[in-house]
Amino acid sequence: METKNLTQEVIRISGANPKKCMKCGKCTATCPAFDQMDIHPHQFVDMVINGRLEELLNSRGIYNCLSCFACMERCPRSVEPARLIEAVRMAVVRQKENNHLKPDAIPALLDDELPQQAITSALRKYMK
Amino acid sequence: MQRIGVFVCWCGSNIAATVDVEAVANALAMEPGVVISTNYQYMCSQAGQEMIQNAIREHKLTGIVVCSCSPRMHEATFRKTAQQAGLNPYMVEIANIREQCSWVHKDKLTGTEKAIILGRAAIAKVHLNAPLTAGQSPVTKRALVIGGGIAGIQTALDIADAGFEVDIVEKKPTIGGKMSQIDKTFPTLDCAACILTPKMVDVAQNEKIKIYSYSEVEAVKGFVGNFHVTIRKKARYVDETKCTGCGLCTEKCPQKKVPNEFNLGLDTRRAIYIPFAQAIPKVATIDADYCSMLKSGKCGVCSKVCTAGAIDYKQTDQLIEQEYGAIVVATGFNPISMDKFDEFAYSKSPDVVTSLEYERLMNAAGPTGGTLLRPSDKTHPHTIVFVQCVGSRCDSSEKGKSYCSKICCMYTAKHAMLTREKYPDTEVYVFYIDVRTPGKNFDEFYRRAVEDYDVHYVKGMVGKVTPENGKLKVQASDLLGGRQMHIDADMVVLAAAIEPDKSARPLATMLTASMDTNDFFTEAHPKLRPVESPTAGIFLSGACQGPKDIPETVAQAGAAASKVIGLLAKDNLTCNPCVAKSDEMMCNGCSACEKVCPYGAITYMDKEFRGPNRTTLIRRVASVNPAVCQGCGACTVACPSGAMDLQGFSNSQIMAEVDAICK
Repeated sequence: METKNLTQEVIRISGANPKKCMKCGKCTATCPAFDQMDIHPHQFVDMVINGRLEELLNSRGIYNCLSCFACMERCPRSVEPARLIEAVRMAVVRQKENNHLKPDAIPALLDDELPQQAITSALRKYMK
Repeated sequence: MQRIGVFVCWCGSNIAATVDVEAVANALAMEPGVVISTNYQYMCSQAGQEMIQNAIREHKLTGIVVCSCSPRMHEATFRKTAQQAGLNPYMVEIANIREQCSWVHKDKLTGTEKAIILGRAAIAKVHLNAPLTAGQSPVTKRALVIGGGIAGIQTALDIADAGFEVDIVEKKPTIGGKMSQIDKTFPTLDCAACILTPKMVDVAQNEKIKIYSYSEVEAVKGFVGNFHVTIRKKARYVDETKCTGCGLCTEKCPQKKVPNEFNLGLDTRRAIYIPFAQAIPKVATIDADYCSMLKSGKCGVCSKVCTAGAIDYKQTDQLIEQEYGAIVVATGFNPISMDKFDEFAYSKSPDVVTSLEYERLMNAAGPTGGTLLRPSDKTHPHTIVFVQCVGSRCDSSEKGKSYCSKICCMYTAKHAMLTREKYPDTEVYVFYIDVRTPGKNFDEFYRRAVEDYDVHYVKGMVGKVTPENGKLKVQASDLLGGRQMHIDADMVVLAAAIEPDKSARPLATMLTASMDTNDFFTEAHPKLRPVESPTAGIFLSGACQGPKDIPETVAQAGAAASKVIGLLAKDNLTCNPCVAKSDEMMCNGCSACEKVCPYGAITYMDKEFRGPNRTTLIRRVASVNPAVCQGCGACTVACPSGAMDLQGFSNSQIMAEVDAICK
């Protein structure tokens, strides 16, 4: 898919509106997984707005998001960064035209910092 | 048959580019009753107006139609033009072929066709127009100012200066408002009390100004020039005329644990109190919620110590009735509640304070005598974190406000600077989203905080504050530095959004003055009539109209006063003759119109009518007070028998317009 369409698709899947962002950075201030993420929530929103989808799709950080929704809860503009991150993860899955994550592949992807909750939710999601 | 003149305006290219004005004039010339139809580049110009006046005289016109811009722009102009040529001004109709036609269409054919139809409708209406004469109503030369903060004080002083009587109604025991709680003012850093209290004294000493303190507006009736207001003077259980303000009672009262609202609950006061040293009027007030004598009849200490015999436990609320010509709303603002911002731990730690509380902590007359001490353990704070935009610029209305509160950037810079000035060993962080400092010497002020006072301005936001071992763990983002910051702070100061005072909404209902969704009073025109409410005779002063700082408030207060003076200087007001009128023969006395009238202009009376065979019968019929009626037309719609009609916009005139459009 073209980057522009992909951006639209990610926004559509997420149901969020990144344009509402006023770049206050409260999401990044709140994020408990800050140190594990190469791209931080506020940058993430900005990159979606500017169509920098390629970088997001190749980011390892999107799998370190805990989906704790603290960023969504505290965002003064209802931008919902966690939904955007989730949508990018979905886009990755769909782009590869392979809607499955095999349990055998997991050990290679694990790192020490990864919370168990994330593994469980990943399995739930990719084993559709 | 009317003799009608039609004048089609080009408005330069505004109309002429999308409407064939020549064709419109020619088509309308064929309408019945039209004796002259012409077009001109600018009808509102001197030459255009002369053209209309000459036509009125030459063709003995009885009515004219001007096809031009919205009647909001130039209806008054053309009415005056007609009047000068001897034509009744209410024989003028405007066909709006600019806003409602040329500006909204692109195709010239469509635009021309629509302009002709709009002109035809106006001609149909003029056929049924009747000359109207505007009545007059007298003006009560006395103004009411609601709210005794700096806005109300300045408005009252300016009105009194012009020689008119003014009453200030203030719900608190003293005038002074928010400014009296503020320590220093930006950008000059002069002490707020030093510049406010002389004005408060001026108010007290001014013979033209009467202060109703500890009082609230209970009811408002009437209309511009003739408001009838009921003021509730709440019982303060102290005779104002006898109390000398010595303050002995406030020292002897045994009830010591009343939260002191003047210091925002940071310390306590007695049940009988004078809010602050320079209070006006300097009279004690008993807080009935805490006074043992009033609650259980046991105590009476204040009465025993009062040498003036001013204490009166039997005092009751008093209702005062007064007539006013104009009313100024100056109800001000409050910081919003921090209940919905748990992440900043405001309710968990006393060391997390709002900026107004910080103001009191810095103030020499505050709970700490001007020494900055942490509320929790009264120690000197070494690291202070300021958070901007708390509750401002929020998307969801349940959590905060959608607007920028405007004053926070500047007062936070002031707090940061004063803290660093007084306590150079303190590290001060300010987390900001944007620094908004438009205003004279404002940005220079903020830059001084950064460059001369070494305040750490960080572009980012605080995500959470956790009280831990007497410290406040602050987790924040530094967006430009690309990092998350973890600061062990001693105090956190929240720049809370401001909102209109809670009393504003019920007051707006009483005044039938309009408000926006944030409960700020709406102005009659956002650019050209900024200090008037759309309701005639109601004026706006200060933060009740929108967030503003002290210089802006004072400027607006003066502007509101000048508008009030302009009104009170008139002996009579010209009324709008386009008001409702009831046909008594058709009225069935059902009261439907009385119930829908938002202005209370309709009353019912029993009237004697002549019946057949020399009999008389008494019937209940509606009667409209033309001075109160604003011509909204609600009654004409509600009337089931068709008795109620709006002069100048009668049912038959409107139907004639519709018929002309649908022809």
